[in-house]
Amino acid sequence: MTTTLSPPTPEADERVARVGLLRRLVLRPEIGSLIGAVILFVLFAVSSTQFYSLAGISNWLDPASLFGIMAVAVAMLMIGGHFDLSAGVLTGTAGLATAVMTTQWGLNIWAALLVSLVLCLGIGFVNGYLVTRTGLPSFIITLATFLMLQGLNLAVTKLITGTVSVGGMAQVPFYDTVRPLFASRINVFGVDFKIQILWWVLVVAIGAWVLAKTRFGNWTFAVGGDPVASRNIGVPAARTTITLFMAVGACAWLVGTLKLMEQTSVQTNQGFGEELIYIVAAVIGGCLLTGGYGSVIGAAIGALIFGMTSQGIVYAGLDSDWFKFFLGAMLLLAVLANQYVRRYAERSGK
Amino acid sequence: MTTATAAPLLEIRGVSKVFGSVIALQDISTTVGAAAVTCVLGDNGAGKSTLIKIFAGVHRHDGGDFLLEGEQVSFSSPREALDAGIATVYQDLAVVKLMPVWRNFFLGSEMRKGRGPIARLDTDAMRKIAKAELLAMGIDLRDIDQPIGTLSGGERQCVAIARAVYFGAKVLILDEPTAALGVKQAGVVLKYVIQARERGLGVIFITHNPHHAYPVGDRFMLLKRGRSLGDFAKSEITREELTGLMAGGAELEALSHELQQGGGAAAEAAQQIEAEAHDLAIPSGVAAGTPPKA
Ligand SMILES: Nc1ncnc2c1ncn2[C@@H]1O[C@H](COP(=O)(O)OP(=O)(O)O)[C@@H](O)[C@H]1O
Ligand SMILES: [Mg+2]
Repeated sequence: MTTTLSPPTPEADERVARVGLLRRLVLRPEIGSLIGAVILFVLFAVSSTQFYSLAGISNWLDPASLFGIMAVAVAMLMIGGHFDLSAGVLTGTAGLATAVMTTQWGLNIWAALLVSLVLCLGIGFVNGYLVTRTGLPSFIITLATFLMLQGLNLAVTKLITGTVSVGGMAQVPFYDTVRPLFASRINVFGVDFKIQILWWVLVVAIGAWVLAKTRFGNWTFAVGGDPVASRNIGVPAARTTITLFMAVGACAWLVGTLKLMEQTSVQTNQGFGEELIYIVAAVIGGCLLTGGYGSVIGAAIGALIFGMTSQGIVYAGLDSDWFKFFLGAMLLLAVLANQYVRRYAERSGK
Repeated sequence: MTTATAAPLLEIRGVSKVFGSVIALQDISTTVGAAAVTCVLGDNGAGKSTLIKIFAGVHRHDGGDFLLEGEQVSFSSPREALDAGIATVYQDLAVVKLMPVWRNFFLGSEMRKGRGPIARLDTDAMRKIAKAELLAMGIDLRDIDQPIGTLSGGERQCVAIARAVYFGAKVLILDEPTAALGVKQAGVVLKYVIQARERGLGVIFITHNPHHAYPVGDRFMLLKRGRSLGDFAKSEITREELTGLMAGGAELEALSHELQQGGGAAAEAAQQIEAEAHDLAIPSGVAAGTPPKA
């Protein structure tokens, strides 16, 4: 067909061309992490064939999925303009609560799971309520919750069991009814994949759908981008923030439960220090530290990068001591890329 | 002063607002009728924005009465005010810079399709409506998906106005909407004010500019340092008097006093200013700062 004489379609605007596909792509928050993940995959695959064998993939999807579930919730919270430093130890609280209630107090395992879910949602609610009510930075509020939970996890467990771990989940009645949901394997061509990977996919799908397609997702971007403007224009800002903190609580419960059912025991220090990894994954995935921008798919890719690097270094024959260095370097790269994107997005169109 | 027997659409009586030790508003009264425009005029820091933020549900008033259609109200959030049919264009526009234009347009009042847990945003409809409403204001965006932060100040202003006009059911509040606009678009905004009035809405129009206020206003409320300088129906005040009040006849007199004490050239300037203040024809009693209504 000749294009020289055809009139422009009425919808088309000659200025649209200037926006360009490239700009659109660059403006996707997850694009940087996607490129990074591909490069890493190729690098590790070149250095070791084991890395991309099914068994190898199963190996690095393992940590990636648990961190990935939390990274989704933490990314949504970051898009909403807040941090949760208590997210890591909360996974420990979830596991410890369920373990203590079942093995020590003889509560039905399903009831115990429900109670610990309510507990996690409640802690998320308290975090969110304090942040919205006081207007203090969530960094400080959740630092306090983090310390308190860390202390409680240790003190209460020791008070009840006398040790720093709770075990024996496999002997709890009806454990076999819970196990298929949280600790089963799926066999793919002779290699076992943990079911937590499916949970991860599910959480990413829900998170991505909520952010892109729902009113709540719209509000999340809005309160993170400009909390005062959002409230003034009719967004229930406090409710949105509190819900986001509760979503972190729900995911912490899921991760704590997955770990507990898989290992049938839980340590009092579980999750300690992981809160920073979630934030790293979210930032690598394109979340701005200042809120209002980011992607849960990006955060999931960030967790994938974390998983690939942690195992890939070993496969490549490097000392695993290098791992944290690589993680830090990637974080730095991601933050620099993010800053560029933000300037680009905010730059006047004139 | 009001001749109508029915309760006005919106009314405040002796409203006050305090921020800590700052008295932002004290004893403010005015009315907004249906199909009428009430203009609020005053200098920077007079308390105009604070007043409309009480109407908009951003702040709660500390004293006095706030009545909507004759009933006492006190909104605890902007959402409640919106639900009561009051839409506001804030002075800072209340837009989220990183979000696309159409999302900003519908923020807080999103259109959805589907029910229950699978109710999702009707993005196509929202894009289309936002584009059409902006086009009607003479804003032809090249891309309704671009972040609103990439628009010019005037364009952003138009988005905020188009949004409020679209969602305002009973009362439309505009806080200095013409400040960032060129002559042509300021004209468009004034046309919108008149259109809203013709549709039966009560409009609260805040401006610095008496030349914008007088042609469209039915009622004029003047604020100074949180106090009312008077609340006039259009029949009670001429354009010249309004301009005089706005230009601050009282301040001019005070300034002339100050200069007179300097003597010499300053005294000469003082005389000129005094003459100017006289020319502005300030209604008696008003310049002294006493509200005409008890
Ligand atoms: N949230 C607030 N907290 C404290 N003081 C405020 C607040 N909002 C406004 N003020 C004060 O109230 C006064 C009136 O401000 P404002 O209503 O914005 O004036 P205007 O809109 O007429 O320029 C100013 O002195 C301002 O500093
Ligand atoms: Mg103002």
